[in-house]
Amino acid sequence: MSVIESVIEPEIKIEKRARARLSAANVTLAHGGGGKAMHDLIDNIFIGAFDNALLDTMEDQARMNLSALMRHGDRLAFTTDSYVVSPLEFPGGDIGKLAVCGTINDLAVGGARPLYLSCAVIIEEGLDVELLRRMVWSMAETAKAAGVAIVTGDTKVVGRGACDRLFINTTGIGVIREGLNLRVSSAQIGDAVLVNGMLGDHGATILNARGDMALTTPIASDCAALHGLIDDLLRAAPGTRFIRDATRGGLATVLNEIATASKVGIDIVEAQTPLREEVKGFCEILGLDPLYLANEGKIVCIVTQNEEQAALRAMRAHPLGSESALIGRITNGRPGRVSMQTVFGGRRIVDMLIGEQLPRIC
Amino acid sequence: MKFVDEFRDPAKAQSLLVEIRQMVARIRPRMNRPLYIMEVCGGHTHAIFRYGIETMLPDEIELVHGPGCPVCVLPMGRIDDCIAIAERPNVIMTTFGDAMRVPGSKKSLLTAKAEGADVRMVYSPLDALQLAKANPDKEVVFFGLGFETTMPSTALTVLRAEAEGIKNFSLFCNHITIIPTVKAILDSPDFQIDGFLGPGHVSMVIGNEPYQFIAKHYQRPIVVSGFEPLDILHGIWMVLKQIDEGRSEVENQYRRIVPEDGNAVALDAIGKVFELREFFEWRGLGSIDHSGVRVREAYAAYDAERKFTVPAVMIADPKACQCGEVLKGIIKPWACRVYGKGCTPETPMGALMVSSEGACAAYFRFGDIEKIRSRRVEAGLEEAGA
Repeated sequence: MSVIESVIEPEIKIEKRARARLSAANVTLAHGGGGKAMHDLIDNIFIGAFDNALLDTMEDQARMNLSALMRHGDRLAFTTDSYVVSPLEFPGGDIGKLAVCGTINDLAVGGARPLYLSCAVIIEEGLDVELLRRMVWSMAETAKAAGVAIVTGDTKVVGRGACDRLFINTTGIGVIREGLNLRVSSAQIGDAVLVNGMLGDHGATILNARGDMALTTPIASDCAALHGLIDDLLRAAPGTRFIRDATRGGLATVLNEIATASKVGIDIVEAQTPLREEVKGFCEILGLDPLYLANEGKIVCIVTQNEEQAALRAMRAHPLGSESALIGRITNGRPGRVSMQTVFGGRRIVDMLIGEQLPRIC
Repeated sequence: MKFVDEFRDPAKAQSLLVEIRQMVARIRPRMNRPLYIMEVCGGHTHAIFRYGIETMLPDEIELVHGPGCPVCVLPMGRIDDCIAIAERPNVIMTTFGDAMRVPGSKKSLLTAKAEGADVRMVYSPLDALQLAKANPDKEVVFFGLGFETTMPSTALTVLRAEAEGIKNFSLFCNHITIIPTVKAILDSPDFQIDGFLGPGHVSMVIGNEPYQFIAKHYQRPIVVSGFEPLDILHGIWMVLKQIDEGRSEVENQYRRIVPEDGNAVALDAIGKVFELREFFEWRGLGSIDHSGVRVREAYAAYDAERKFTVPAVMIADPKACQCGEVLKGIIKPWACRVYGKGCTPETPMGALMVSSEGACAAYFRFGDIEKIRSRRVEAGLEEAGA
């Protein structure tokens, strides 16, 4: 039985019907006007792609059976995120895949099994309908592969210049298993800091894909749904203290958040921090620090010393964690301070990023 | 990374450090104070903090982080002028990334952009010229700044604009030149630097000859150094060796990049397009004679200062700022009255908090000040408490 079938209200009968046709090549304000054009756009592009029973009821809200949800655990996890990436398509992914994976990951890092997503889009008038269709298909395929259903949504069209082509918001619901209690304030001295692979790929890919630098480098976004990996990790290391996905602000930001909330020091070793040669080179040329580059498929995990080897083994056994590494430890250093032993043998502080990371001039 | 990792080898660093400690042990008894070595260039400052080089050196060596961050030393009045041009209708202002954040008296270029000015980040002045070609109905202005490192590319862009007959491109020139500034520091009454790390990238353009006066007249060793951590450590080693042997010479650690006579093509382009200003105002250091360049009369059509009228108001640095004393190595950044209080990287008051190459911002972000201070207290260089 699929996720949908398990929670759908039994009295609802779904009739299969033909999808509306859509002939426009570009989205116009009429597609957001509430009339037939809007219905056709939603039916043809969104409902067709997301293709599930809950959406097909055509109600204003998705309705779920509570007792069915409770079979997955004892707490509901609820999160939201908006996606405004430019360009919309980039090596390794697109805004659709990102919008699904990002929200799945925000649920999964709390120990939740991700179940349902909403999809709200804001479209700039003039957007190529085929591009929109590709993005929506990408959402649908990513969600399907992840075992998650997109069950409700909204479409708005705004005038030219009022948004940048396509913005997507996804809100997610998941259920947290009994006994799991991951908290950012729970890191203890001696705990290990693990990451599930190469850092900075997404940030470097997006900067590169904008094309300002005219650099050719074979970097692809690491955009991926990590709930499977996290599930394996939590089963191998049930005492895991905390997990967070290292998105905007990168590894450095997450470590600072943990150090501050747990009132501990964190010490990492640059030589053990997995970075792709291409990303290092890219940062070298532009004067960026890869520790602050965004990731979309990387988590930082705080695990107890007792379980660190089991955790590493489980992560490395998963395809999205084959390059997992232990990069440092929680220390009794100054609370809130993250420091790094550099490759050169010196020591520096890894602070929160201030403002946006801007390339240095020389 | 090939050709980079070789210059970050911790084992080689350790063997240099052993010799550095030996030399310091010999030199120290002759002087009753720490050894002050100034790195002139902001790129060095950045690498020193990035790799934690200061934490590896013996306590008796104090690195003084010099004036070589062109973003930091730009006075607020010039930023105000730049913003005034950027806010004109029909202007696209272009500049390098970290120049966008530098605060003027009221706002930064980033704020002006948020308020509606068309400000764009470019990676080369040639990108700005491309933008001018693509937008013939707009005036594209390049906010050019930096030492001799970035001067040639700006000069060549102006020459190309002329060759291609592009009329809607101009340069707001804030290029500065390193030698008069180093001289001003050497001449200051509270000067106490024992040796210099010379700026590698500047020297790639101007060569080593212009530094001779430092060695001959002021009797201070200067070693032109590269930017990898091993380069910097090797440069410090070479400075100490000179001090140890009682020499003061211009030496070139960065031979793989810096030719003795510099780069003739680059110097030629600079000479064609730019001439020295009588004086230029530096944030933190005040006015220094002949320390800035402007566009020559022959290229007036490409000079934004001639093309647009700007307020050109001089804005004094906030009184509480002690950037000048930090720049000259008289006080450490954290000893400044406003460091970390009124002046932080988010809301910089003084020049040195502005860019990650500025000494104060570097300490604020990367430096383990408590550790450095407690070591200094132990070594008798600083009083506890305060």
